[in-house]
Amino acid sequence: MAEAYFPVAPGLGLEENFLSLDDILMSQEKLPGRAESALPRLAFALVQGAGTGDAIPEGSKLEIPLWLAKGLHDSKRRIISVELPKIYKEAWRTVFSADANVVDLHKMGPYYYGFGSQLLNFDNPENPDIAQTILQTFISRFRRIMDSSQNAYNEDTSALVARLDELERALFQAGQKGLNDFQCWEKGQASQITASSLVQNYGKRKFTDLDG
Amino acid sequence: RGSSARSEAKSGRTDLIFLIRFRHCCLLRNQRCLLAYLYDRLLRIRALRWEYGSVLPNAIQFHMSAEEVEWFNRYKKSLATYMRSVGGEEGLDLTQDIKPPKSLYIEVRCLRDYGEFEIDDGTTILLKKNSQHFLPRWKCEQLIRQGVLEHILS
Repeated sequence: MAEAYFPVAPGLGLEENFLSLDDILMSQEKLPGRAESALPRLAFALVQGAGTGDAIPEGSKLEIPLWLAKGLHDSKRRIISVELPKIYKEAWRTVFSADANVVDLHKMGPYYYGFGSQLLNFDNPENPDIAQTILQTFISRFRRIMDSSQNAYNEDTSALVARLDELERALFQAGQKGLNDFQCWEKGQASQITASSLVQNYGKRKFTDLDG
Repeated sequence: RGSSARSEAKSGRTDLIFLIRFRHCCLLRNQRCLLAYLYDRLLRIRALRWEYGSVLPNAIQFHMSAEEVEWFNRYKKSLATYMRSVGGEEGLDLTQDIKPPKSLYIEVRCLRDYGEFEIDDGTTILLKKNSQHFLPRWKCEQLIRQGVLEHILS
C-alpha cells in the first residue's frame, strides 16, 4: 500500500488543501482571540463550563481553533479579533533568528510552518516579519535535517526527529525513504517482489477469520 | 437551535447573525472532515488495485460501502480498458513487473497452505506451507504480493 497510496499533501503558502488530512489537523490548532462584541448563546462552544444559552461578554479572551477563526474573522473585526500565538511574536522571532536549530518545533505546536503560513491570512502589520522568520527558520534548519536523514541507516531515529515539526518530519521521512531505496538497490534487492504492506497489516489484525 | 435563531434573526434580532455564522462554520468543518475521510478511503482502495490485485479479499470488502465497491469495480474496468489499448494487440499489463525483473524464473517459498496451483504447461503444483519452488515470475507475482509466497533471492 505504501507505494501506490498517495495521500493529499498539505497546502503551501496561504491556501490549505481542502482534502488534506494534515491541513485539517493543522487547522484544529488554537490561537488566542478576543470577542469584539457580546456573542449571544455562543458560550457553550467557546467557554468551558458554560451552560447552553449563556452569552460571551464583550472583550472576553478566547482560544479559537484556526478553522473557526478563519470563518468568523473579517477585516472590520465585528465578531472576533485574533492575536498572534506567542511563538510568532517579536520575542520568539528574535530567538529564531539567533539560532533556529535549538528550538523544539514539535513542542511549539507541531505545525509551525503550516500554521504560521495560515496566520498570514489575517491582516496583521507584523505579517512580513512573520513570513521572513518562518522562511529563515526553515533555511537554517534544513541542512541538518537533510544530513541526518541521509546518514541514519537502520537505526533508531526518534532522537533526530523529536524536535522537528510535521513538515520537517515529512522531509526527514522522504530522505530516509531515498536512502533505504538506494541501499536496497545496492544490495541487489531492487528486483525482489515484496508483499503488499496492506496484507501484512491485516495479518496482524487477525482478519483471516473473516476470509472466505 | 439553528432554525429558531434564523427565524429570530429574520424578525429583527441582528445580533443572532453571529450565531448563524458560527453554526455555518461548524457545518462546513464537519463537511470538510467527512469529505476528506471518504476521499482518503478511495485513495487507499485505488492503491489496493495496484498493490494487491483485482480481486479483494473478503476481509477488506466487508469493510467497504456498496458505493466504494462500485467505485472499485469501475476503476478496475477503466484501468483494464486503458491497458488493453496500449502495447499492441494483447495490451500491456501495467500492474505486473512493478520492480524491474532480473530473470524469467524465480525461487519462491510458500508462506501458508494455498492448495493447487496450475502453471502454463498444464502441470499442477501443490503449494504447502514452507515448500519451495522454482516458478515463472509472471505467475507468482500476484501471489507474492498477496503474502502467499515469498520471493527468495539466490
